[in-house]
Amino acid sequence: MNLLNISGSPHVHSDESTKKIMWRVNLALVPALLVGIAYFGVSALLVACISVASCILFQWLIEKFLLKVPSTIGDGSAVVTGLLLAFNVPATLSMMWIVVIGALVAIGVGKMAFGGLGKNPFNPALVGRVFLLISFPVQMTTWPDVSKVKFFGLDTVTGPTPLGLIKERGAESLGKMPQIWDMLTGYIGGSWGEVSAIAILVGAIYLLCTKVISWHIPVSFIGTAFVFSAILWLVNPIHVGVDPADGAEKLMGFIDPLTTILTGGIMLGACFMATDMVTSPMARSGQLIFGFGCGLLTVIIRNWGAYPEGVSFAILLMNSVTPLINRWCKPKRFAC
Amino acid sequence: MTQQILIAVLVLGVIGAFFAVVLYFVAQKFKVVEDPLIDEVAEVLPGANCGGCGKAGCRAFAEACVAQGNLDGLRCAPGGDAVAQKIAQLLGCAVEQGEPQVAVVRCHPANCGDKRRSNYDGLKSCAFQNTVYTGESGCPFGCLGCGDCVDACQFDAIHMDPATGTPVVDEDLCTACGACAKACPRRIIELRNKGKKNRRVFVSCVNREKGAVAMKSCANACIGCGKCAKVCPMEAITISDNLSYIDFTKCIACRKCVTECPTHAIVDVNFPSPAVKPAPKPETPTAAEAAK
Amino acid sequence: MKTFKMGGVHPEENKISNDAAIEVMPVGKQMVVLMNQHLGAPATPVVQKGDKVKVGQLIGEAQTFMCANVHSPVSGTVLKVEPVKDAFGLAKPAVWISVEGDEWMETIDRTPDIKRECPLEPKEIVAKLKEMGIVGLGGATFPAHIKYSVPDGKKAEYLIVNAAECEPYLTSDYRVMMEHAEEICIGVSILRKALGVPNAYICIESNKPLAIQKMQETARGFEGIVVEPLKVKYPQGAEKQLINAVTGRKVPSGKLPIDVGCVVSNVGTCFSVYEAIQKNKPLIENILTVTGKKLPSQHNYIVRIGTTYNEIIKHSIGELPATTGKVISGGTMMGKAVVNLDAPTVKGNASVLVMDEAEARRNPETACIRCGKCMNACPMGLEPYLFSSLVKTGRIEEAKEHNILDCIECGCCFFSCPANKPLTDEIRLGKNRVRAMMAAKR
Repeated sequence: MNLLNISGSPHVHSDESTKKIMWRVNLALVPALLVGIAYFGVSALLVACISVASCILFQWLIEKFLLKVPSTIGDGSAVVTGLLLAFNVPATLSMMWIVVIGALVAIGVGKMAFGGLGKNPFNPALVGRVFLLISFPVQMTTWPDVSKVKFFGLDTVTGPTPLGLIKERGAESLGKMPQIWDMLTGYIGGSWGEVSAIAILVGAIYLLCTKVISWHIPVSFIGTAFVFSAILWLVNPIHVGVDPADGAEKLMGFIDPLTTILTGGIMLGACFMATDMVTSPMARSGQLIFGFGCGLLTVIIRNWGAYPEGVSFAILLMNSVTPLINRWCKPKRFAC
Repeated sequence: MTQQILIAVLVLGVIGAFFAVVLYFVAQKFKVVEDPLIDEVAEVLPGANCGGCGKAGCRAFAEACVAQGNLDGLRCAPGGDAVAQKIAQLLGCAVEQGEPQVAVVRCHPANCGDKRRSNYDGLKSCAFQNTVYTGESGCPFGCLGCGDCVDACQFDAIHMDPATGTPVVDEDLCTACGACAKACPRRIIELRNKGKKNRRVFVSCVNREKGAVAMKSCANACIGCGKCAKVCPMEAITISDNLSYIDFTKCIACRKCVTECPTHAIVDVNFPSPAVKPAPKPETPTAAEAAK
Repeated sequence: MKTFKMGGVHPEENKISNDAAIEVMPVGKQMVVLMNQHLGAPATPVVQKGDKVKVGQLIGEAQTFMCANVHSPVSGTVLKVEPVKDAFGLAKPAVWISVEGDEWMETIDRTPDIKRECPLEPKEIVAKLKEMGIVGLGGATFPAHIKYSVPDGKKAEYLIVNAAECEPYLTSDYRVMMEHAEEICIGVSILRKALGVPNAYICIESNKPLAIQKMQETARGFEGIVVEPLKVKYPQGAEKQLINAVTGRKVPSGKLPIDVGCVVSNVGTCFSVYEAIQKNKPLIENILTVTGKKLPSQHNYIVRIGTTYNEIIKHSIGELPATTGKVISGGTMMGKAVVNLDAPTVKGNASVLVMDEAEARRNPETACIRCGKCMNACPMGLEPYLFSSLVKTGRIEEAKEHNILDCIECGCCFFSCPANKPLTDEIRLGKNRVRAMMAAKR
């Protein structure tokens, strides 16, 4: 007979594991991946493969040679980081090598420098993405025109993104804005993984059903962005007006709330990046505050900031206050 | 231009002077009078904050020294006599020379591996395992092997031996601060005098069970037979609760007890040739019981 | 259906021994009766080597307040009064008896008749509970006479009978309800009288519909007994959670159920109360489940206290399967792993649960990913992940401020942790440290 095992109670476990959670997130990203490849062609697939492969490679190298600890690449967290990083960049030829640098920053600086999975204060994929955005502003904002992409062609015709159009404030931009249906399915310009709201929502529903995420962060994030932009839009809806400074015709006012939440990275950010367990608050009340902050900051950055898109910055900023939120938002004690 | 510079200098000067006066009074008001001797004593201490002295850290120890004015009952084990001398000089008092000590693990490393009766699968902490059950060896007094002592050591002087699952003390690094002894939930580790040329004799067992019961969990258990006490020329050995204990202040390391012990529970270290052949298994447990 | 408000988990129920009727386990050749079978100080042995004892005779007397009497489960001769190693290998004071025949004390009524009327006054009931060595059989083995003497200035309003049996695998309470429903109801009425409460609530989780039906039918014949079906959620049977589920009240930190006017009693205890008060039978038997997924058969037994684990295993299944990885006394969530199978069973042992090696082994610990699952599973609204780091870094004072002592050690945090961190173990260690710190301060 075997030796008897002895431990304190409990003697059973729910069978949940970090590995399962991470691979569920990966599975939930597949619909967005497929839609991205369908619209942006083989270059999107290449960006994804390169990003994921380099994330795994860097994590393995760092664990093996720098930290000298057993490798944890099997837990799938590097794959999540790789996929999210790839989703956040344009599917262009120059990204094939730039994304490798992003992966190094994401894994090396964003995660392993803090001690690996679970100890990073910021979402690693966003650290990588923001690093690239600041270091390679031209390449990172050169978007392929989705209507002119050839599936197997690597060189692309560039086109605008909806948020870029609004930021330019050109009088003719309003007419070029995509239809709601195109924004839902993802037939718009932008980072190839975040274009399709429907594909992202399918993944998010899967994560909700498997209890990997709770509804609190996505709902409060998207809800806040919707309500805040609705207020702005009601006060001053978008229109073509004359700029009193130089007398030229320009876009004025604020974009409508539906376009706000369907363009840019709000859907992907709210469902997959703000909900990253490591960098978001643990208590439900804290999660609501976190989502509220993300939504508010996103709309502020979009309307008054230098960048057309603010989801990455908003989430990173809220990541930095997560420890404070955790300290403040305690669960309700049973016996007090 | 000159005027502007002048105004700036004047304004800044006045503000500076004003706050200087304010700060002066605030400093007077909230002044904390602290004996400068405390800083000097703290400077002499090793600064490891090991807590071996029973104080919260080195600074707290320095405060206690200065408050007391002498070193009675206060000893910094890591610093040893050298530090004690320096503090005594600072305080202007005499200090007794203490015998250098070392941590000694009183659980036999041999024969534990093959006597494992269970597999502990819980939190890696001796303090916790001790509340769950006897431990893997089945000996309710023996080493639990989770390394609470290793975690407690600030000097990297104690390590688990992977072959035996019991800790081994590095005599050169050990400062006898006693942190490991405090961390051990079973009080297996004891501070004993280092002895001449580091040669020591001690009972490597703390099992207080009756001989036959103790032998069931470990072949090298002390069965309290008392043979060692009979041969000891210095009357250094006492038997209580089925357990022998050698008083290190009386022991002259003659090693008579080592050869006499039927279970080889008494261990000698750093002697040039072993007094007994390292035969960890006793011949017949019944003989040992009969002796009782 | 009612349930407690926050937290909780749903472990696999595994009530595979549900349909096994209670059998009587034969008495062995030798019995070892521990003197410490209850919460508190051990009883003092009142027999000596060579004494003849009968079944039900007092052999250990409660001489301090927090203590309970111990009676001989067999008839025979006292071999010795010496410590024995308990299920965890630790030596405990005990009386060793060699079994001769099966001669019971004359006072014990062994007829199968059911006695419904109880003429005793509340004070007399409590005194008799003490005499008969009754302890709570829900796990804590709290001496019953202390629980049922309501302190001055406090008033009991609810008697809650805990028949939730939320622990996986255990079926002994279920079998007692199915086979002794009327005796239980009489026991509940006796306790109701002892406490002077208007209503008693028998709480059963809804995964036992037959037991609910049976108890409802039986309770119709009794005044003031309500059967309360509850949702299936672990730890429904934890005292504070059960009070919360039934009454909506919350026992404050550091207080007892009686402070909110509640007394919680296990359903098995009610059965032994009936036997003690109406039949003069002391607590000398356990109703015990022998179960495990890999066992050839599942059983429920009535076992004399002092029977060893090995005797129970031998009689029920012959020998343990070769792949056995763990033997647990109690359920999988709060039971204790047994290391010494030669140890005698004690009052309150509810099961011998045999787990397979693969099922028993804990998975290796990985890094905490701050998912907060432990926090959301905690039925006490605590933060297990925080205690883990506070205890590791020795910040005991802070752990106390975060109410670590409120933890009921239900195990929901470890159960739900995807990183397999031994959170419950760490919290227990932390609680010990906090108590040591508080004792040192005093």
